[in-house]
Amino acid sequence: MPKRKRYVSQGTLGLSFNRRSLGLGIMQAGIGMMLAGRMGYLAVAQNRKYQLEAESNRVNLTLIPPRRGWILDRNGSPLASNRADFRVDIIPDRMVDKAHTIAQLGDLLQLGAVELRDLEDKLDDARGFAPTEVASGLDWERFAAVSVRLPNLPGVVTQRGYSRFYPTGPSVGHLIGYVGAASAEDYEEERNPLLITPGFKIGKDGLEKQFEKRLRGKAGARRVEVTASGRIVRDLETRDDVQGESVRLTIDGPLQDYAARRIGPESGAAMVMDCHTGDILCASSMPSFDPNSFSDGIGRIEWKMLRDDDHVPLRNKVLRGLYPPGSTVKPMVALAFLEAGLDPEESTFCGGGLRVGNRVFHCWKRSGHGQVNMAKGIYQSCDVYFYHFAQKIGMERIATMARHLGLGQEFPLPVPGQSYGTVPDPEWKKRKYGRDWQTFDTVNATIGQGYMLVNPLQQVVMASRIASGKKLMPRLVFDPTPPNPESLGVPQEHLDYIHAAMSEVVNGRGTAGRARLPVENVLMAGKTGTAQVVSLNISSGKTGPWKYRDHGHFICFAPFDKPRYACAVVIEHGGGSAAAYPVARDVMTFLYDREKAMESLTRLEEGWGGNAIERLDAKYRAYASAFGASAPKVSGNTADQSGTTGAPVQPIVRGAQTPRPEPEAPAPGQQGTED
Amino acid sequence: MNTDRSIVPETLARQPWHIIVPLVALVMLGSAVLYSASGGSLRPWALTHFLRFSMFLVMALMMARIPCELFKLAAYPIYALIMVLLVLVELLGAMGGGSQRWLNLGFMTLQPSELMKPAIVLVLARFYDNLPASITVSWRGLVPAGALIGLPAALVLLQPDLGTALAICFGGAIIMFLAGLPLRWFIGAGAAGLIAAPVAFFTFLHDYQRRRVTTFLDPESDPLGAGYHITQSKIAIGSGGIFGKGFGNGSQSHLEYLPEAHTDFVFATMAEEWGMMGGLFVLTVFAILLSWGINVSRRATDRFSQLLAAGMTLTIFFYVSINLMMVMGLAPVVGIPLPFMSHGGSSMMTIMICVGTIMAVDRWRQRPVGLT
Repeated sequence: MPKRKRYVSQGTLGLSFNRRSLGLGIMQAGIGMMLAGRMGYLAVAQNRKYQLEAESNRVNLTLIPPRRGWILDRNGSPLASNRADFRVDIIPDRMVDKAHTIAQLGDLLQLGAVELRDLEDKLDDARGFAPTEVASGLDWERFAAVSVRLPNLPGVVTQRGYSRFYPTGPSVGHLIGYVGAASAEDYEEERNPLLITPGFKIGKDGLEKQFEKRLRGKAGARRVEVTASGRIVRDLETRDDVQGESVRLTIDGPLQDYAARRIGPESGAAMVMDCHTGDILCASSMPSFDPNSFSDGIGRIEWKMLRDDDHVPLRNKVLRGLYPPGSTVKPMVALAFLEAGLDPEESTFCGGGLRVGNRVFHCWKRSGHGQVNMAKGIYQSCDVYFYHFAQKIGMERIATMARHLGLGQEFPLPVPGQSYGTVPDPEWKKRKYGRDWQTFDTVNATIGQGYMLVNPLQQVVMASRIASGKKLMPRLVFDPTPPNPESLGVPQEHLDYIHAAMSEVVNGRGTAGRARLPVENVLMAGKTGTAQVVSLNISSGKTGPWKYRDHGHFICFAPFDKPRYACAVVIEHGGGSAAAYPVARDVMTFLYDREKAMESLTRLEEGWGGNAIERLDAKYRAYASAFGASAPKVSGNTADQSGTTGAPVQPIVRGAQTPRPEPEAPAPGQQGTED
Repeated sequence: MNTDRSIVPETLARQPWHIIVPLVALVMLGSAVLYSASGGSLRPWALTHFLRFSMFLVMALMMARIPCELFKLAAYPIYALIMVLLVLVELLGAMGGGSQRWLNLGFMTLQPSELMKPAIVLVLARFYDNLPASITVSWRGLVPAGALIGLPAALVLLQPDLGTALAICFGGAIIMFLAGLPLRWFIGAGAAGLIAAPVAFFTFLHDYQRRRVTTFLDPESDPLGAGYHITQSKIAIGSGGIFGKGFGNGSQSHLEYLPEAHTDFVFATMAEEWGMMGGLFVLTVFAILLSWGINVSRRATDRFSQLLAAGMTLTIFFYVSINLMMVMGLAPVVGIPLPFMSHGGSSMMTIMICVGTIMAVDRWRQRPVGLT
């Protein structure tokens, strides 16, 4: 159609206005209806959904970490308790300006360079959700300084709560373990929001870890009204937490502390067991760490201290330390002889060595012991006596008795792991090395060398079983009902004979005369042991580099005729049993006469430069001033030190090991030891 | 005439009470909401809101007495004056090294772009009023009008203020539409826009602008970022239910989850506490106001009055509909306040100018009728 000129007048425009304004009016009405409909949809149809969302905006649920159950000693005094505490945490994901926040916190809390460095390390490793501790145990002023500035410090959380407290610190470090913030792995394992609540700690090691379920308790909850920026407007409702159950141990707290302190600067372990019940009264392992300072994570200085220390402070030597037991096995071997029908009075001549075939096995005393019967073999620790009769009896019987008395055994204890060592016999050697058992293997085993490896727990169990004649099982958790252990099946006269010989070690002509208890009417029976670590051509074992020195052992029980307590002490690289039995003597003294025992400890600690806590603090200060924030970063898991690496390598033995001299019996009128 | 026997003086009785009363009620609700939003206090919003309204209401009633001729006479000068102010603002902004939207007059700050919204309606009504009918439907009816709209819109866009620029364009387009410009032009423009929008979306827009659009389409995709405003606003409206949470009990606004609770999102603040009933009340008042405005324009006898009243009515409608669609999650977040409820002087002045103009148009029709 060709273009047609449309005639347009004011009239047509007026009509068009009428039409179009009506259309616009209808359009407006339509949009108005639509808005009303939309409003109805939001406010009526979806009301429930949006009410929930408004409520979840408004109300913030915070968990209150439960107070952890206490760990008590046998008398009910706390080995681990809680103390009220002001703390500051950071939730990394919620931080806006990390550098500024940290700098300001450092200012407000007066953190030093070392602490700031540690904090940055922790934040580097932290995953977004996990709260990171900045400081705990704060005084009110510093806590308040941070609290009032919270609106300017997003991601920072201040809290009044409880922190774990170990009154005796390092003395219980290995036994109790420590607590710490849950790791990402912990959270993966247990998807519990409590784990990422600031201030909540879980057991990381030792009994704290073993009894985690019992100790934890139930979290409380606090419902608060919060603004969009997280400011708390008011409390709505609070449900209190339920404190975790306490765990009562068989440990005697003061004794545990005493034994730990008595070990002093040495590296070693001391254990005491009740000969009636099997209760472990003390299981001290030193050097140790202070679990109080571990709960906020391990800082650089602490890490360097731990790493530099060749005494392996992270290894629980009670359970993880494996040592050749040396001559402490001799009472056990003697029992095996008796069991095999050997007359204790039957003797052999010791001229300083025993020739078997074309080889000579030496006694520790090169000048010889002369005529030796069983008792003298024990109290003088004559090696030749045992070489001689062990060959007649055979290794199997000795190994059977060793296992019967607890060596090589793992005990049902609530501990993270035990290194149970080796009681060698021909079958074991065949299996492990594919070689036949040799005479020199028997010779080595009877004096606790060669393949023989035990831990201090086994040694104290052996001592208690020899003492009681019962198959005592060690107990760590207190149980008021006394156990009824079965008899070992060893005739009482055998035991009496051994007890008498062991008493002679301490109270007579034996190798540990100075171990005699300074307590009236209590005679202690014991047995020394010196175990070589390297062969004689590397080191004499008494002097020279620390790690080449001999291990010192002592097992004992008292009173010798009516055994009540058994004790075992190991001093790593102590240079021989002379390092071990004074510790055992003092620990046993403490059970009968605390004052006297404390007197001798106080004197010793003056020489050492304070007790364990003071020495650890001094060391920390020295490290902090020497290395400051430049100490290397914490790397890897601390567990690589505490793991089973405690077992010395067991190379195949190709000959007899030369026994190490025992401290000699004091000849009448002449007290002293030969080294 | 029985005016002599009336108790109420004639001037008072002649005022458009059927509009003033609903508006005062709406402003009082707005003040109550602002009172609640400031935590139960007349300051800083509720009192000034009501006082401002009272002042502007007097202004509107005075405007209503201005004769038609004066409106016609003043149309172009007012437009020119505001254009000068817009350029001035732009220059001041450039000198100050940043963008600026207002002029400080000493006693108040003036936002010229706000004044341009009613001014564009006025000047276009005047333009088409004069234009012979045959020219209206030709290009000569389109191009000058387009320039009158485009210049201020471009200046406002430079500020940059997309919301106001859109409002100016909308007001202008409405007058063009009502003036009788061929429908196919509008359809053509609409079709071109539909085609251009996706092309622009994928080629010209920056990433962040694109995100704003996708966020509007699916606010839950980014609940803490750009979608936050819409999400929180919907929560506020939705959680209010039919009767609301009660006066002073709105958690969304009081706990600061709702952004701009006293300005752009004031409807959500109201709906949370007054519920669906409050919302329907607001919609009803606006329905009364807008239908009155449309009726005034349809009853008007001359072209200028028709276009002026309808243009002013739809300018108010633009504010109301965009704001309500925004708070209910039907439109993207643009900074457009809700008339009579949002706290803010400039926008209330604009709206009251619109209302005053419609009242004036209403009077022009009544006066001759009353006299004959």
